[in-house]
Amino acid sequence: MGENVVEVSEQTWDAEIIGSDKPVLVDFWAQWCAPCRIVAPVIEELAGEFSEKIKFAKLNVDDSPRIAGQFQVMSIPTFILFEKGEAKRRFMGAMPKERFVDELSEWLG
Amino acid sequence: MSNEYDVLIIGGGPAGLAAGLYAGRSMLKTKLFEKELIGGQASITDIIENYPGFPEGITGFELAEKMREQAQKFDVELDMNEVTSADLSGPLKKVTTPDGEYTAKAIIIASGVRPTKLDVPGAAALTGRGISYCATCDGPFFRDKRVMVIGGGNSAVEEAIYLTKFASKVTIVHRRDQLRAEKIVQDRAFKNEKVDFLLDSVLSGVSGENSVSAVTVKNVKTGEEKEVGVEGIFVFVGNIPNTELFTGALDMDEAGYVITDDALMASIPGVFAAGDVRKNNLKQVVWAAAEGALAAVSAEKFIETQE
Ligand SMILES: Cc1cc2nc3c(=O)[nH]c(=O)nc-3n(C[C@H](O)[C@H](O)[C@H](O)COP(=O)(O)OP(=O)(O)OC[C@H]3O[C@@H](n4cnc5c(N)ncnc54)[C@H](O)[C@@H]3O)c2cc1C
Repeated sequence: MGENVVEVSEQTWDAEIIGSDKPVLVDFWAQWCAPCRIVAPVIEELAGEFSEKIKFAKLNVDDSPRIAGQFQVMSIPTFILFEKGEAKRRFMGAMPKERFVDELSEWLG
Repeated sequence: MSNEYDVLIIGGGPAGLAAGLYAGRSMLKTKLFEKELIGGQASITDIIENYPGFPEGITGFELAEKMREQAQKFDVELDMNEVTSADLSGPLKKVTTPDGEYTAKAIIIASGVRPTKLDVPGAAALTGRGISYCATCDGPFFRDKRVMVIGGGNSAVEEAIYLTKFASKVTIVHRRDQLRAEKIVQDRAFKNEKVDFLLDSVLSGVSGENSVSAVTVKNVKTGEEKEVGVEGIFVFVGNIPNTELFTGALDMDEAGYVITDDALMASIPGVFAAGDVRKNNLKQVVWAAAEGALAAVSAEKFIETQE
């Protein structure tokens, strides 16, 4: 994977997500999920472009099921934007870059 | 200059990819727009057993990848953007995406269909929290849990069988007294010990705090309602054609499917439709691919007559 998106896990969640001073977008994904694989390069691209404003992270739901459970993630890909540790926005599904930019406009503006 | 094409294709499912392959191989300058998943509905299908050439069956994802590769081999440009408007009136057809404006001598609409949403109280808030429209995407979240599948057609019954890999029990809820799925598919469901049925029944409600915990099922014959504890609901209750962009511009049937002639030309010359989006389509990959091919051949003939 590219270097702009941080892999997070149950172990690093508190430090990387809750403790982040920037807002973080977490991509909940798994190896077996075709739409997740398709959308991954879009996230890479967003991360390359907007890493000043938002930190981009991904969490493998098979490796970290407790975190997925904690946020009731039961469809993937699911994206949750966290700000100061709080889930502020949530959306789902593979979609083009422009739609991510729309969803995240509040934090990119 | 660079935004002028011979053929523009809206939608990258089997119909669009086959159309791209044929158009590209005929040396037409071709661009295909896809807003979500290359391969369309096929890309999220677990295993496709009835597409000729793959006697062992092939996963939908793999088939979609192969179709993409084959189209790109013939120089079809794939553009991962949503077409947000289309002007079909002039001799040059115009298409707009957030990235720009494109024109072409012919357009192939291969925008397919999307699933009808579950329309019962409580459903909207629980989508993605137990309510799903894609078994291959979400099935593994329901290991050892009880799930319901709503619908009685091929997709519903096939996906129900797929879900038995994970779930402890899969209940198929169907509004009629018989399933609609093909016989071979029905038989597999009947033989599967994890699958049971609630026929003559519809969902009348969904409940759960942060994720689905129960549903209410209503028997349409007796009117009787009962609550059933389930953690997942997979919905396959029909489709809506993705044709809102062309409402008013093209002839469609009441449900919004595009009406074409035998060459797949729609009510405006130079505009073609192929695949699930077209009226009278069989809603199978082999059929969608065949229509994509025909639409591309017809588009090529149309372009020749205009020159
Ligand atoms: C669960 C399930 C199981 C199935 N199992 C089988 C099977 O075993 N065998 C079989 O033969 N068939 C099966 N089918 C049916 C088969 O998948 C479809 O018939 C086939 O995919 C139709 O192809 P299509 O290209 O016409 O449309 P679609 O596959 O619907 O593709 C249309 C594409 O157009 C895109 N699009 C729409 N609007 C726009 C726009 N404005 N801009 C850009 N892009 C746009 C969509 O994102 C989509 O990717 C199954 C379907 C489902 C849902």
